[in-house]
Amino acid sequence: MTVSILHRVTGSGMATVGTLLLVWWLAAIAGGPQSYAVFHMVFAEFGKGVLGYIFGVGLTLSFFQHMASGIRHFILDTGAGYELNSAKRAAMATFIFSVLATIAFWAFLLGAK
Amino acid sequence: MRGGTELGRVRGLGSAKAGAHHWLTHRITAASNLFLMLWFVIAIARLPAYDYATVRPWLASAWVAVPMILLIVSVFWHFRLGLQVVIEDYVHAETRVALMFLLNFFVVATSAIAIFSILKVAFTAAAGVPA
Repeated sequence: MTVSILHRVTGSGMATVGTLLLVWWLAAIAGGPQSYAVFHMVFAEFGKGVLGYIFGVGLTLSFFQHMASGIRHFILDTGAGYELNSAKRAAMATFIFSVLATIAFWAFLLGAK
Repeated sequence: MRGGTELGRVRGLGSAKAGAHHWLTHRITAASNLFLMLWFVIAIARLPAYDYATVRPWLASAWVAVPMILLIVSVFWHFRLGLQVVIEDYVHAETRVALMFLLNFFVVATSAIAIFSILKVAFTAAAGVPA
């Protein structure tokens, strides 16, 4: 139940907020150094990049959660995994995966720079 | 249209003949999204920096520009179908029609800007245009 609603929430969030940020980023690159400087200022410089971290962590966590519950949907589409216990375990697994994957992504990203 | 319940009004008319295509396309784009988004997330994480001097030549490369365009088509198509389901489940009557118009305009406009931007970066790279 919770995973199903989260699938919609994370999908709708990425489709709106994520789309606008991705399109802004691509348009800023195409627009040249000055327009990219605005994007960079908002997400990487303003308040030591606080907006970049808020949107970045929010979008990566949404992505990994949506991906995990999406794969779960693929399995459910085959008609498998509807027993109460296995359904609960798979739902928990999507949360654990999305949190761990988000931590791993940011640890790599911040550690490598 | 005659009265009665919503179910009563549609009973016997058959399906709209488009539901299966919507369902299947949603799954096909979900599968392509899985590969394209994993590529994107890993590629972003592996970038040495996120300044203009790093990001522009990266996007200009054919190995990035082409998958980026594929990603835009696949992901945007997928969220177009997904948001339609959300709208149809929670919004009714005239508001639903208005939101569906808005959704279609949104997805066409954003994908046009995204693809134009990628192509512009890719096509002006070799010419040495300092854009």
